[in-house]
Amino acid sequence: MHKPEIAITRERLLAAREMVLNMGPQHPSTHGVLRVILKLDGETVIDLDCDIGYLHRGVEKICENRTYVHIEPYFDRLDYVAAVSNDLCYVETVEKIAGIEVPEKAKYIRVILTELQRIASHLLWLGTHAMDIGAVTIFLYAFREREEILKIFENYFGARLTANAFRIGGLQYDIYDGFEEQVRAFCRILPERLKEYETILNENRIWLQRTVGIGILTAEEAKDLGVTGPVLRASGVKWDIRKAFPYEVYDQVEFEIPVGENGDTYDRYLVRMEEMRQSRLIILQCLDKLKKLHPGPVLGKVPKVIRPPVGEVYHSIESPKGELGIYLVSNGTAFPERLRIRPPSLINLQALKKMAIGHLVADVVALIGSIDIVLGEVDR
Amino acid sequence: MAEPRRTWKQVLSRFLLLDLIKGLLVTFKYQAPKHCYTEQYPLVRPKVAERFRGAPRLNLDPETGESLCIACNLCAIACPEDLITVVEAVREYVDHEGKTKKKRVLVDYTYDTSRCMFCGHCQDVCPTYAIELTQEFELAIYRRKDFVWSWEMLEKGIEQPIYTR
Repeated sequence: MHKPEIAITRERLLAAREMVLNMGPQHPSTHGVLRVILKLDGETVIDLDCDIGYLHRGVEKICENRTYVHIEPYFDRLDYVAAVSNDLCYVETVEKIAGIEVPEKAKYIRVILTELQRIASHLLWLGTHAMDIGAVTIFLYAFREREEILKIFENYFGARLTANAFRIGGLQYDIYDGFEEQVRAFCRILPERLKEYETILNENRIWLQRTVGIGILTAEEAKDLGVTGPVLRASGVKWDIRKAFPYEVYDQVEFEIPVGENGDTYDRYLVRMEEMRQSRLIILQCLDKLKKLHPGPVLGKVPKVIRPPVGEVYHSIESPKGELGIYLVSNGTAFPERLRIRPPSLINLQALKKMAIGHLVADVVALIGSIDIVLGEVDR
Repeated sequence: MAEPRRTWKQVLSRFLLLDLIKGLLVTFKYQAPKHCYTEQYPLVRPKVAERFRGAPRLNLDPETGESLCIACNLCAIACPEDLITVVEAVREYVDHEGKTKKKRVLVDYTYDTSRCMFCGHCQDVCPTYAIELTQEFELAIYRRKDFVWSWEMLEKGIEQPIYTR
């Protein structure tokens, strides 16, 4: 019989202070298949390591073997709760390298749909994040509002989740009859619904104890880690791709960039809530301008087979999670030479270690929720 | 972090659980049956949007009853997953003037729904509106081989089960 060199005695086990615990990959609060290897002292986290790649599909390699038009539907499946933003980033990248003009009307429709997607993504985040912490009611309420957006998407795109109507050079469809009324009706109910969530959460003592002061990320740390999106803005850095490098028609609409002060979980919650309100304002402004452009073309002049000139391009947009970038190298054929995706979730996830050390295991659940990761995008 | 000193108002509201009661009032507001959002799915099938992309269908010419497909192979080229196979043949026929002409006809058409991601590229490129993604969304099948839909099945469509309580 094999005898261990150091006898495991009861005294030795009781004296041991460090423990390694696997959280995931099938843990419900990791929002997918993320494995977090925790090193614990009692219940306090002293070290943390993320094991990713359980959902790896090799999208970047698949893209090298597909034509530019064929790649579009694969981008719905990266960040599957914000498919529209992913599509927008891809079609804009190809338009940039191939020099394809997009009609003005298509740009406004794109912005409206992308901002609706941002609200939908944040609502899903709010629901799941609150449920992780223990507020199940919010989950049901947030999904109710998200359903309204998904109904608009179903009417416009023909699919609820894997929306795919953004085409290189414009859009596949024009807006349907009653689009404006449906979006406006949603914009009408949104503020009062957001107020309801805030009544439940903002002053709730359990919510405050679970979020205030948990996982503080200072502005310097956030910048060093390359964190983007609401996580960066909650740390007090006023950085938004929509303002810094305006794409589509973001330079023609007015909106504020909400920033936090402390960079804790509670600030990340406040920033996202305010972002939803700002998105609503962008949608309303765009709807007003869209009225003047309707009817008009939505698809520009696009060659039958898209063969961009030899070269490379990097384009990034502000997706609901942060900066989503695509680096595209073209070799002049109908297939891209290389397509690299910079997913915001993957880079934001690296901040988890910095945030979690010194907190309890239960706080790790809250922190994973507050970063808002989607594993389809992390692993690609 | 040092806790800031609370005012007597905050202490009182904390003692009287006002923060929790405020939230519970919102929850109780939604207890009325008119706020019920649940769909009774298998009993009542939801009506999906007109543009919904579901089960594929090969349309027939309503006048002659023949397939609209002209075997141009465009849908197979447009498909990112290469799941459509179009088998075509060139047949000779005699037209009404008595001349012998050649015509491309469809011999077989299969569609692998297990690999389909319902992007709708095939129906976009179809010049005769033959292939169409319909509003049917119940595509579960017991055997794996049945996921590959034959020409006949694409024209007939999948049989929808009727659920009863």
